[in-house]
Amino acid sequence: MLLTIRSLTKTFPGTLALDAVDFDLRAGEVHALLGENGAGKSTLIKCLTGAYRRDGGTVTLDGATIDPQSTAHAQELGIGTVYQEVNLLANLTVAQNLLFGREPRRWGLIDGRAMRRQARAMLAEYGLDLAVDRDLGTYSVAIQQIVAIARAVALSGKVLILDEPTASLDAAEVRMVFDVVRGLRERGLGIVFVSHFLDQVFDLTDRVTVLRNGRKIVTTDTASLDRVRLIEHMLGRELEDATGDQAVARGPRPPMLDFSGLGRRGTIEPFDLAVGQGEVVGLAGLLGSGRTESAELLFGLRNAHSGTATDQQGPLDLRSPRSAIAAGFGFVPEERKTDGIVADLSIRENIILGLQARRGWARPIPRAEQNRLADDYIKRLDIRNSGREKRIGELSGGNQQKVVLARWLAMNPRFLILDEPTRGIDVGAHAEIVRLIHQLVDQGMSLLVISSEIDELIAVSDRVIVLRDRRHVAELTGDEIAPGRIMQAIAATEAA
Amino acid sequence: MNTRALPLYVTIGIFLLAYLVFWLQFPNILSTRVVGNLLTDNAYLGIVAVGMTLVILSGGIDLSVGSVIAFSGVFIAVLLRDTGLHPLAVFALLLGLTTAFGAGMGFLIDRLAMPAFIVTLAGMFLARGAAYILSIDSVPIQHPFYQALQGAYWLMPGKGRLTLIGVLMVLTFVLGMIVAHKTRFGASVYALGGGEAAARLMGVRQGRTTVLVYAFSGAMAGLSGIVFSVYTGSGYSLATVGTELTAIAAVVIGGTLLTGGAGYMFGTFVGVLTMGLIQTYIVFDGSLSSWWTKIVIGILLLAFILLQKGLLKLSQMRLAQDAIRGT
Repeated sequence: MLLTIRSLTKTFPGTLALDAVDFDLRAGEVHALLGENGAGKSTLIKCLTGAYRRDGGTVTLDGATIDPQSTAHAQELGIGTVYQEVNLLANLTVAQNLLFGREPRRWGLIDGRAMRRQARAMLAEYGLDLAVDRDLGTYSVAIQQIVAIARAVALSGKVLILDEPTASLDAAEVRMVFDVVRGLRERGLGIVFVSHFLDQVFDLTDRVTVLRNGRKIVTTDTASLDRVRLIEHMLGRELEDATGDQAVARGPRPPMLDFSGLGRRGTIEPFDLAVGQGEVVGLAGLLGSGRTESAELLFGLRNAHSGTATDQQGPLDLRSPRSAIAAGFGFVPEERKTDGIVADLSIRENIILGLQARRGWARPIPRAEQNRLADDYIKRLDIRNSGREKRIGELSGGNQQKVVLARWLAMNPRFLILDEPTRGIDVGAHAEIVRLIHQLVDQGMSLLVISSEIDELIAVSDRVIVLRDRRHVAELTGDEIAPGRIMQAIAATEAA
Repeated sequence: MNTRALPLYVTIGIFLLAYLVFWLQFPNILSTRVVGNLLTDNAYLGIVAVGMTLVILSGGIDLSVGSVIAFSGVFIAVLLRDTGLHPLAVFALLLGLTTAFGAGMGFLIDRLAMPAFIVTLAGMFLARGAAYILSIDSVPIQHPFYQALQGAYWLMPGKGRLTLIGVLMVLTFVLGMIVAHKTRFGASVYALGGGEAAARLMGVRQGRTTVLVYAFSGAMAGLSGIVFSVYTGSGYSLATVGTELTAIAAVVIGGTLLTGGAGYMFGTFVGVLTMGLIQTYIVFDGSLSSWWTKIVIGILLLAFILLQKGLLKLSQMRLAQDAIRGT
């Protein structure tokens, strides 16, 4: 065994990111590491590359226990990493990137000719013939990734971690990178492959390890696994009391919004979507399937290249979030820390932000009114805190999410989009948010809920739309909304 | 074609074109006298611009250098007046002081993760204030060694004078080119300017590099101060106000990207000469106000910023096309 990890544990304030995870890597294998956002993949990798220090457990490489302190140290030990982006420097030449820090020198000065020769020799091993004097940035992303792989292998040479290396590549480029990876497998490297593209996992890897909520779920041969099983492992079936109850069938809803042919080239295929009044539409699919992109199109964060949006009164303008808000839309984004809250502002300021923006800065909301609003929502949503003037950055994830919700509720939208509303929230707050969703619907608000947790979708949705490969592929209603049906729809391959 | 060197070619092209146009009007402008004076008059600016180029390549800025030059002049003049130290000893003392000053600013920028703009702005006020404390008046330098320095030149054919300080500037540029393009330190500077996150992943020691970059700039400002004191024969605390901005202008006109990571030391050399050439032309013309220098430099700066933006767009478009073609 090349690399052995036993009981790896890593905690962050308030969360257990890795809970006694075991992981093995053989020499000469490609081992997929899978899991949804927050499963612990990146934490595991960062513990290996020295970006994080582990809190517990052992890591053994070639029989010796290691404790990487930094990226450079991990490289010296033999562990190299290629990330999705930000690997190399586009403003340096190919040769400079390949040999950075190890430039051949003569009399203390960099020997440009020897450097170019060595760079060409390195690339020849991968069947590439590039003008090594050109800026790396003038080459395609695939070539840049291969250069990054060549550099990582030359520096470390035992373990290669590929962290979503194909996320911004097209099919032909993916093949090119995979050929390189297969060549390295032949040479006996141990390769960890992180990706959310299941086709690629089945195409390339020998074994699969699935993480979920910081725990290892399974390690198995890729060949012995089918897609549905794999997705079950990734999405899990952990019924919780609060989310376990099925949404009551409430019959057809009066129509309210109608989106037709909405799409954007390279982002999401055109789709139709009708939302009734007081209806909850769930979006299911794996990471990267186009869930968030659909929501961003609806909210004007990205502009659609085609399609129309109408309500009962006529066409709607969704060219920017501002116009979407004016049309009565709201959007609770996935990345709460960066897109949802303004960490340095107080709870009160975060709650009134949207309302104030709509009124315009010339007409400030009177302070008494602000206080009343903030106190009202703190009570209604049970935001636990030590007063409305507390900095929101100091609250727990669940309470932050409630404040973001309160901001939208204060504006009384008719259509609210929730992107992963319960991500990174503890179980108790999770249940409360689901309960809140039920309440909102009872008041007549329409919701679009995106979630990786199938049980959560089942608990809240009247209708579930399944996405795959940036396409809306299935729509499930009534009794069809069941874990098995949803997973099958996610797993189904193209009839090819 | 590689777009990396295009701004450099444009800079050289503009310089040659300007020289040609001026030569058509005043054939004398090609004489070795004018060339010699071009080097001598811009020696202090060129030397300080070498340091500035490295700082800007690393993605930073150094606003303190103009004040450091003035401080250096006053420091030298006062020490020579009040002590019996030999000028060479004073030079060594001064260079040590300004290098440490630069290193200190680099340390603060790195350790406190503060913008270089604000740290070196504080350095600018500090150095200027220190100069005032030493002397408010202009202090003449009358050391025999100084007269020897001022009198040192090589008579070129055509009676042009290639002065010591002019040669020193050229040598400084050669040093700058070696440091920037031929050492691992120089590669680290480009790497930092290209992107800190990626640079760290590639093993750049960010703290050490930042400190060294500003120390280098401080040393160049000190050397420039020495040259300026030789050039003017005095030290004056009100001298070289705004020289840091002129140096930045020379660097940008020389084709270096103000956001860092791309550019050439030689470009800055041409940038300095271009600015000097415009000044020379205005002197030759005689009827133009010297403010025209500033106007032309302003126009040139604007043109180069637009050029850089355009090049960026162009290379992005080309990348997008490559992606479509699937190369």
